[in-house]
Amino acid sequence: MTVHHLSTPLSEEDVRGLRAGDIVYLSGIIVTARDAAHRRMIEYIERGEPLPIDLRGLAIYHCGPVVRRKNSEWEIVAAGPTTSARMELYEATIIEKLGVRMIIGKGGMGARTAEACRRHGAVYTVFTGGAAVLAAEAVEKVERVEWLDLGVPEALWVLRVRDFGPLLVAIDSHGRNLIEETLLRARERREAALSIARKAIEG
Amino acid sequence: MSIREAVMNALYDAIHRAVVYLPPDVKQAIRRAYEEEDNPAARAQLEAILRNIELAEKTGKPLCQDTGLLTLYVELGKRFPLPDGFHEIVAEAARKATREIPLRPNSVHPFTGRNTGDNTGRLVPYIHWEINDGDELKITVVPKGGGAEAVSMLRLPPPGKGVENVVETVIDAVLEAGAKPCAPLIIGVGVGGGADIAMILAKKAAALRRIGERSPDPSIAGLEEKLLEAVNSLGIGVMGLGGSHMVLDVHIEYAHRHPANYPVAVAFQCWAARRATAIVSSSGEYRVYQ
Repeated sequence: MTVHHLSTPLSEEDVRGLRAGDIVYLSGIIVTARDAAHRRMIEYIERGEPLPIDLRGLAIYHCGPVVRRKNSEWEIVAAGPTTSARMELYEATIIEKLGVRMIIGKGGMGARTAEACRRHGAVYTVFTGGAAVLAAEAVEKVERVEWLDLGVPEALWVLRVRDFGPLLVAIDSHGRNLIEETLLRARERREAALSIARKAIEG
Repeated sequence: MSIREAVMNALYDAIHRAVVYLPPDVKQAIRRAYEEEDNPAARAQLEAILRNIELAEKTGKPLCQDTGLLTLYVELGKRFPLPDGFHEIVAEAARKATREIPLRPNSVHPFTGRNTGDNTGRLVPYIHWEINDGDELKITVVPKGGGAEAVSMLRLPPPGKGVENVVETVIDAVLEAGAKPCAPLIIGVGVGGGADIAMILAKKAAALRRIGERSPDPSIAGLEEKLLEAVNSLGIGVMGLGGSHMVLDVHIEYAHRHPANYPVAVAFQCWAARRATAIVSSSGEYRVYQ
């Protein structure tokens, strides 16, 4: 379990140097995106239209923050991760076409995303689910917001962060998928778990 | 203070308390899980959760960005002078909380996708009513997040297998949920009634009952304990990183069922198990506790 301090833009070399189980503290620019933003990104890709922000070498954060407006500045109040599984539909295409190097979320992602990480040089990292104030503490500045018409949680919040982490590498670019491995083992233990619970009804 | 004002202030204060501070039983259970956990990755997650809880208390910020779809469990004493326009008072408290705490706007039209921006909408905040013989109004606010909600499960298996249905449904629901809900979790199980009743019982069991509180029926209490041991033996752990503390407690509630149905509902409560209760007296005084 190695600890890395990295800054955006991330190079392919930066990302290939990360192994499943490593910890990353990230500085630089991360961009929040949830379901609706991912759907719109795919529409832009299909039309060949550039996004309002170039995501090459940056990190996408699965997050819909609580925000507050102070005079003309936005403040991020709370910004923990949302469940990444919902973005599985889109993420492989986004990694391939937009050059994103890191996805940050929680709960794990599937085989298509893992394959895109392996092929194109990207990683999926997890931040502690629900640790929203801790995440907000790492945000230095809201650089800007795009697609606010999608609503506050769904907009693209372009955030400058400092030492955002600990981000645990759950999918690396070498074919490991930690959370999938845990769940596979859990499914193998189903019968044993059923036997434990049945003791209560057998008396 | 008029009753209307008291109800409004009590509600606002309860929402505020609920989204910033965790109830003591939940905090204590997370701390215990941290002390007992051997898996280093899971320990690091639990440590981050504990730091986050402290930071929220210190800064007064909502401890999770998902401040939930507001749901109220109301127990109305029949001698309490309920003010006119109660639903409007609730909506007003939700709007004020959204603006001032602030909360994330989480109320979205299911067909148009439009977010109302103020946490109100059709049937939102939802109110569960119970009436008793007293003279107080008791409101428990539960801002339950969407991640744990998304893995809720309802099954109506043939009744022939009896309690085995409960055991299989809970284990399968946990395997299906995997790492998606934010563990450590509280699992609520609703058994019996119809489909609707089973789910309401499950959600109340997950969100309202205190950790460590057992069913008064000893055989059900025993099943709660064995299910807790069983789900943790799967080794999914905190955030799917392994370890033995995926679940803090299992709570079962039941209702009598139809002979042809055996409804089993499973509701998941994430570690940010936010709840706060306001009690308003008929003279217009109120207190909020967790």
